Amino acid sequence: MSAIPDPVAAAVAATVARHRQDPHYILQMLREIQEACDWIAPEAIDRLQQALGLPRTKVEGVAGFYSFLYTKPRGRYRVLFSDNITDRMLGNMELLRRMCEQLWIERGKTSEDGLVSVDTTSCTGMCDQGPALLVNNYAITRVDAPRVDAICELIRAQVELAAWPREYFRVDDQVRRKDVLLGAALAPGEALAAGCARGAEALLAELKLSKLRGRGGAGFSTGLKWEACRNAAGSEHYVVCNADEGEPGTFKDRVLLSAHADLVFEGMSLCALALGARRGMLYLRGEYRYMLDQLNAVLERRRQAGLLGIGILGREGFDFDIEIHLGAGAYICGEESALIESLEGKRGTPRNRPPFPVTHGYLDQPTVVNNVETFAASCLVALRGGAWYAGIGTSASAGTKILSVSGDCARPGLYEYPYGVSVSEVLAACGAVDVQAVQVSGPSGVCLAAGEFGRRIAFEDIPTAGAFMVFDQRRDMFAVARNFVHFFAHESCGFCTPCRVGTSLLRNLMDKLNNGHGSPYDFAEIEKLNRILQAMSHCGLGHSACNPVLDTIAKFRPAYERRLQQKEFEPAFDLDWALEPARQMTGRDDAGAHIGSVEKS
Amino acid sequence: MSASFTIDGKAVPFAEGQTIIQAALAAGVYIPHLCHHPEFKPHGSCKLCTVRISGRQSASCTTLAQAGMAVESDTPALNDERRTLTQMLFVEGNHFCPSCEKSGNCKLQATAYDLGMMTAHFDHFFPSRPVDASHPDVLLDFNRCILCSLCVRASRDVDGKNAFALSGRGIKTHLIVNAKSGRLADTDVTLQDKAVRVCPVGVFLRKDRGFNVPIGRRVFDLKPVSAYVDATAALAKE
Repeated sequence: MSAIPDPVAAAVAATVARHRQDPHYILQMLREIQEACDWIAPEAIDRLQQALGLPRTKVEGVAGFYSFLYTKPRGRYRVLFSDNITDRMLGNMELLRRMCEQLWIERGKTSEDGLVSVDTTSCTGMCDQGPALLVNNYAITRVDAPRVDAICELIRAQVELAAWPREYFRVDDQVRRKDVLLGAALAPGEALAAGCARGAEALLAELKLSKLRGRGGAGFSTGLKWEACRNAAGSEHYVVCNADEGEPGTFKDRVLLSAHADLVFEGMSLCALALGARRGMLYLRGEYRYMLDQLNAVLERRRQAGLLGIGILGREGFDFDIEIHLGAGAYICGEESALIESLEGKRGTPRNRPPFPVTHGYLDQPTVVNNVETFAASCLVALRGGAWYAGIGTSASAGTKILSVSGDCARPGLYEYPYGVSVSEVLAACGAVDVQAVQVSGPSGVCLAAGEFGRRIAFEDIPTAGAFMVFDQRRDMFAVARNFVHFFAHESCGFCTPCRVGTSLLRNLMDKLNNGHGSPYDFAEIEKLNRILQAMSHCGLGHSACNPVLDTIAKFRPAYERRLQQKEFEPAFDLDWALEPARQMTGRDDAGAHIGSVEKS
Repeated sequence: MSASFTIDGKAVPFAEGQTIIQAALAAGVYIPHLCHHPEFKPHGSCKLCTVRISGRQSASCTTLAQAGMAVESDTPALNDERRTLTQMLFVEGNHFCPSCEKSGNCKLQATAYDLGMMTAHFDHFFPSRPVDASHPDVLLDFNRCILCSLCVRASRDVDGKNAFALSGRGIKTHLIVNAKSGRLADTDVTLQDKAVRVCPVGVFLRKDRGFNVPIGRRVFDLKPVSAYVDATAALAKE
């Protein structure tokens, strides 16, 4: 045997041991191997497969699904520019080009010396302090030209990430308006003690009384969900916190977890009390990797304080603990059944429903999946009672909602309001002027034009998962919709035909319009695809992939009509454009190398 | 077996736990489908079998039959949408029917004919999908793959080999084989495997045999796919 230590073997052995050889942790293992070795080499898959006794197809199927796992070398430094529309508005593409030029590389390709790659990624949740990027999955905010230049220097000098200036990695909470949730300064254990004093039955009664509804967007009654899960038969019950905050423009969970992690974990513990659950999992999006260690530290502190573990708060039989699973770049895992698949170490494909997670969730057992904000809010109910909570907000939408405000405004950040707040109130508070449109709840939500700013944030009017992106009169709403369509095409899981192919066809049509080949025919095609996506798709991603297009067509039609430069149909194919690779290969760009100029001459 | 529901007005009996398409095919009512196979658990990915129930559309292969439900299936609107899905499958891969050994025995082709698909309609994606000719008995032509997962399911659930899986995501989803080299020759797949014989299109081709039945006399040359109700048995004899 060779005496040279094999870093791949060591990395695989370490991660397999850390996760007790449990194949359900395969995504965590792959992620840790990637962190240790910069990519997942075939030898790593060999070793992992052998250690876990899994077929190779299973490991490769999972590794191939997640954007942040690489089965081909992508460099020691992997730079991903966040590509939400808010990053675009702050000039991210110019910064990306600058970095590529300085590093002498092409976007999406690894440098020849294997040192670095630069590409884009879906919104990283730093919209209020963008443009943002990730280096080896660690977030860097407020990127500008000098920062790009400095980063290029650090990469060229091969400085370890840990030695980069801390300032680059600074993530501010930017809480602009606090209400009952962000303003609640609860001591760790306070709400849990109140919940224990009430007991499981009474806690559920208070939750139902509170009319608390899920904050992830769908708005299902939290009390009913917990009760249905409690009543469902199973060998174990599970509590899952959905912190896969992937909807572009949303970043409230990031702040809740960085500033109020105790509240979130405490809400999960209350849920465990209600269900009789012993295990909880928090699924943290891969873009928030930087928070993993601090969150684990909070969990450890809570264990030391008797708020997690065996006999919580001295109550015999109240045994509950929480572990954190990190995602790896897949928006679809925010869908609760896809999230459960991912937790089980599978590809993040949404399940056929019914059955729903409350009866058949993690490992087919009864499982509550709630949003970060929902768990946090449940603490307030446990402490102050359902009647008090139901008195906040509107009759159909109790409590408060945290909005993640970004885009064209003076004061981006978090705004917590009681439900029922009007869009114009929020716009005034964040210092937005000359507003053309607001995209509420991200690309899968709704785009509002100026005439609708009197509408209210509430389940009965505009439900939202929290994103609130502001566009002033300078912005081109077609470009906004096109960015969102690209997002959906990139994030489609590929399971069902309409979404897998339809989102790509929609992207191609939007690009065709953008490239000046659009005609009224293409417009009709877009509307036809929208119908198919809505009617035939497997899950919410496909159903909502056309929302931004439908909304902007309805409300900002001139932005599209400017693109319909042709009266008659013309193909998307452009012969001159198709010659570009040949021009690049031959290093030519003279008149003779262009179709149009040859015809003219 | 007393409970029943209707499909386009026709009464269809069903047993507890049957999906709409299972009950329909058993009763001789055809619903277009590609990823569904009577011997395998419901999958629900191709969405060709989508039907309308009380104004809502859902895949009939994953929706349980319920007494009294009124299912619409053979309607111009649904068939238009199914035709569009079929066109999507055609442009996503590389399907050259005239030169394909499976022509006439291919469910995708037969379904397209049956739905009156005259052109691919959308711009072709022309993906690059190299064939795998490494195996002595089986040629793998990924160009025709429609990602129905039947070979994946057959290999896992029947053959017990896990020889196939889907990897990638979105439009980059693709079939992989269980070998470090990525070559079929380096797997334990044999001609006898269910996985090799379950493909509704032409990804799996026997090497030692071609055009045994001449074009014109193949399963779907004789009658359209809808006339078979469930063509699986007829294809299995080929």
